[in-house]
Amino acid sequence: MPGAENIPADLLYSDTHEWLRIEGEEAVIGITGFAQDALGDITYVELPAVGDAFSIGQPFGSVESVKAASDLVAPANGTVVAVNDSLENSPELLNVSPYDEGWIARIALPGAPGGLMDAAAYEEFCAGEK
Amino acid sequence: MNTIFAKSVPGRCSAVIDSDAPDAARMLPPNLLRARPPRLPECSELDVVRHFTNLSRQNFSVDANFYPLGSCTMKYNPKFLEYVAALPGFTRLHPLLARLGDSHAQGALRCLYETERLLCEITGMEAFSLQPMAGANGEFAGVSLIAAYHREVGRDRRILLIPDSAHGTNPASAALAGFEIANIESRDGMVDPRALAAAIAAHQGNVAGMMMTCPNTLGLMETHLPEIVKQLHDIDALLYYDGANMNAILGKMRVGDAGFDVVHLNLHKTFATPHGGGGPGSGPVGVNAHLLPFLPVPRVEKRDGLYLLNDDFPHSIGHIGPFYGSFGVAVKALAYILRLGGEGLARVAEYAALNANYLKKRLEDVLDIPFERICAHEFVASAPEGLHALDIAKALLDRGFHAPTIYFPLIVRECLMAEPTETESKETLDAYVEALREIIAQGRDDPHALGEAPLTLPARRFDETAAARHIRITEDME
Amino acid sequence: MPYIPHTHRELQEMLTVVGVRGLDDLFADIAPSLRPKHFNLPRGRSEADVCAFFEDMAGKNGTDTISFLGAGFYAHDIPKAVDALSGRSEFYTAYTPYQAECSQGTLQAIFEFQTAISRLFEMDCANASVYDGGSAIFEAAMMAVRATRKHALVVDEGVNPVWRGMLRTYLAGLDIDVRIVPHANGTSNLTALTAAVDDSTAAVIVQNPNFFGAVADYTDVFANARARKALGVISVYPVMQAVLKTPGEMGADIAVAEGQSLGQPLNFGGPYLGLMACRKEHIRQLPGRIVGRADDRDGKTGYVLTLQAREQHIRRSKATSNICSNQALCALRALIYLSLLGPRGLTRLAEHNMALTRYAVERLTALGDVEPLNDVPYGSEVALRLPMPAEKFISALAKKGCVPGYPAGRHYAAMGNVLLLSCTEVNNRAQIDLLAEAAGGLL
Repeated sequence: MPGAENIPADLLYSDTHEWLRIEGEEAVIGITGFAQDALGDITYVELPAVGDAFSIGQPFGSVESVKAASDLVAPANGTVVAVNDSLENSPELLNVSPYDEGWIARIALPGAPGGLMDAAAYEEFCAGEK
Repeated sequence: MNTIFAKSVPGRCSAVIDSDAPDAARMLPPNLLRARPPRLPECSELDVVRHFTNLSRQNFSVDANFYPLGSCTMKYNPKFLEYVAALPGFTRLHPLLARLGDSHAQGALRCLYETERLLCEITGMEAFSLQPMAGANGEFAGVSLIAAYHREVGRDRRILLIPDSAHGTNPASAALAGFEIANIESRDGMVDPRALAAAIAAHQGNVAGMMMTCPNTLGLMETHLPEIVKQLHDIDALLYYDGANMNAILGKMRVGDAGFDVVHLNLHKTFATPHGGGGPGSGPVGVNAHLLPFLPVPRVEKRDGLYLLNDDFPHSIGHIGPFYGSFGVAVKALAYILRLGGEGLARVAEYAALNANYLKKRLEDVLDIPFERICAHEFVASAPEGLHALDIAKALLDRGFHAPTIYFPLIVRECLMAEPTETESKETLDAYVEALREIIAQGRDDPHALGEAPLTLPARRFDETAAARHIRITEDME
Repeated sequence: MPYIPHTHRELQEMLTVVGVRGLDDLFADIAPSLRPKHFNLPRGRSEADVCAFFEDMAGKNGTDTISFLGAGFYAHDIPKAVDALSGRSEFYTAYTPYQAECSQGTLQAIFEFQTAISRLFEMDCANASVYDGGSAIFEAAMMAVRATRKHALVVDEGVNPVWRGMLRTYLAGLDIDVRIVPHANGTSNLTALTAAVDDSTAAVIVQNPNFFGAVADYTDVFANARARKALGVISVYPVMQAVLKTPGEMGADIAVAEGQSLGQPLNFGGPYLGLMACRKEHIRQLPGRIVGRADDRDGKTGYVLTLQAREQHIRRSKATSNICSNQALCALRALIYLSLLGPRGLTRLAEHNMALTRYAVERLTALGDVEPLNDVPYGSEVALRLPMPAEKFISALAKKGCVPGYPAGRHYAAMGNVLLLSCTEVNNRAQIDLLAEAAGGLL
């Protein structure tokens, strides 16, 4: 399973360990390999609802393992346009494929997101967190 | 073991009342009746007795095993407590009977009154209410009193300070009462007065109080207590005492004298009432004079030799429980206090501390002990480098010892928190030390083998992740 | 020294190991200024002495009267096997089953309890219990607030005033609006319960039978709530639930109850047992302990505490509730009780008590001036209108050794003459005849 290594180069990252992939005026968001590794085997994902609007830094859902629970923190302002329903029955996708099959939500962006790290900066950030 | 439902045989029954009553359908219209009878077990009395007797044998318990679960005070529960609480004059008493005339419940009301007065003398508080039904319920009552106090003087203070070593219920109870929580970091295992001063400055004018456990969950007395009290009282913030560790200070310190404003006790810890497999407990809340008007109602009073219930406290926070608390638990605590007396209670703290310090000392070369100073009634240790607290805990089970509390407090690495209590003998403690010594030696030899424990119990380690992903919490959820 | 095993010699040996001279050296960290100003407690007494004191106290309560007092809390016969089994110290001297491998007894019992409660209410799932019926209502309300993210509650005035009082206390620090829907002459006003629900409502909370004993069908109230994205919460009397339309059949989202009537003595108000069951979709909002089935390493089925990530030792201030225990021993008693009675025993008990109550109504109304408060169906408790203040009636009869019930006027306006009378199997026809005779002399 991916941990702090193999950080995809084409994504942006928040200091609360969410990633964001910009696709035109929308973005796909999820949690990073580092985050899933710290949580352990994920047992539940509380997804946002389509239509939910949130601003950067706000919790928009949560993830649970047997021993821990963690809020999902919005890496950008946005409105949810789609969620990954398959996480409801297969939360382990967050562990095995955090950057791909384990995506959490697709959001409409009101503008270009700011304050996020690129892969190199995030890698350095993770090294400091250990 | 099969469940009682799997043992059910259609048509079998035991406790069916002999009655000539008509069917419900002849007494109520059909739209108000259930379509089919409840799918409860159909068993003979022996089926039921055998099932639950065999279930009971799959448990560890204080009566059968050393149970050094830290912060839980698993002391011996004297048998006569069960006797006094089961007297029919208590068990058959309807709580509302006291509301139809005080004379119907003089004995029960006196028990409540005496318990409250004795708890006041034990803690140095002005008054107690026995209403809270458990420790966390007492916490909620206590922080609600703090909220009521500030509200009364027209202040909207939103912040409760809570040390990082606190039980998780503290922030949960505070949040339930509408507070926001500010975390106070420990230093050398204790509340750091400088961190406290910084927090007070950062939340200027907004600090309602602070919740403390003392000795704290590391088993250490807070040596800066007077300074902490002063800092809080200087801004008219209130200090809350979480009574989880009260067993450590009986007769040695009274929280009221020390400056605490509000306290909850756990009768099921300090005062020897059994834990019941997780409840029922009882979490009386005690206050200083200035919080007295806010205590839950009704209050039990004594006037002209009669015991009565008084609801006339306009500033009260109201009803925390339905009636007067866990009466059946309070009776046991009162019996325990009367049996021991003042001297006996002080001895509890002395021997609880002796047992903890003895165990800690003897384990110094077995586990990593982060705080070497004299501890109170419990102490924390870390698993030796390379070993896991969880594996050690499970290996202890194989040797007939209940595990200590593990992975708490969160601020100690691979934590094992042990509270032997005063009722354990030296040879039990010695046997526990030897067991741990063997386990650590085995773990160094073959850490993998330790990961296999337990091997001798009704069950081995469970796949908790799978259980949380595929939830089956009743027989019908498959 | 009671309950302390140390001999003098062991004490000395242990002090030497610790490296202190006396026991008081262990308290050096408590500054002299913090030592007790006084500790004036009585001297210890012998076990026999203490028992005698309590025997005396137990004799000073009015438990030898004939009583028709209920009001949500009921005297029932409890099979002795309940005491014998729950009195096994393997159950009662254990703690919360944190270490599953050595706690399968408690864990399996809780799993079975959750199953029994779910089936009694016909709901998908149940938790391991909370403190009492009142805290169960509060926790249900908070579940609804979290699930709907709305902040108003609609509460039927027929919900037990004791529990509504608790709800007020618990909501004091939270920004939650409570609308009470007045009863209509002792029955739920179903139209008003429907009208009171709007888009801000998190839950509509009702009780069946209500405080006056009236039985109703809340199916339409809950359907309306669902249409407004609010939850339906119902509090029930578990014994009557054996025959009454279930919360599940009515479409309730959450069902709660005071579980005292299932094998717990009245005990002057506690400990009691809060029952909570819900639809599967709300399972993550369910507070308190929950036991789940799990497989161990050998593939053997067993039981563990599950969904713990909702709880305060992990979520701290964001936990679903501050409740970190359950009424485990009370839940065990309820499970044993339900296992002994079974479907037939519980059903017949409900029917027996309903029949007794009907007999009491017949006898009392035959006196002429007593009449039922209303003509709606009732269970084993009923509201009667007397030709005199109920308070007066009760105290006069109580002096003769018969407590006829509870005065509704304590909690409701214009109900001064209304008596709440409940019959259970601890009563019988001879007692009711006595009651009627004594009442006849008074009215």
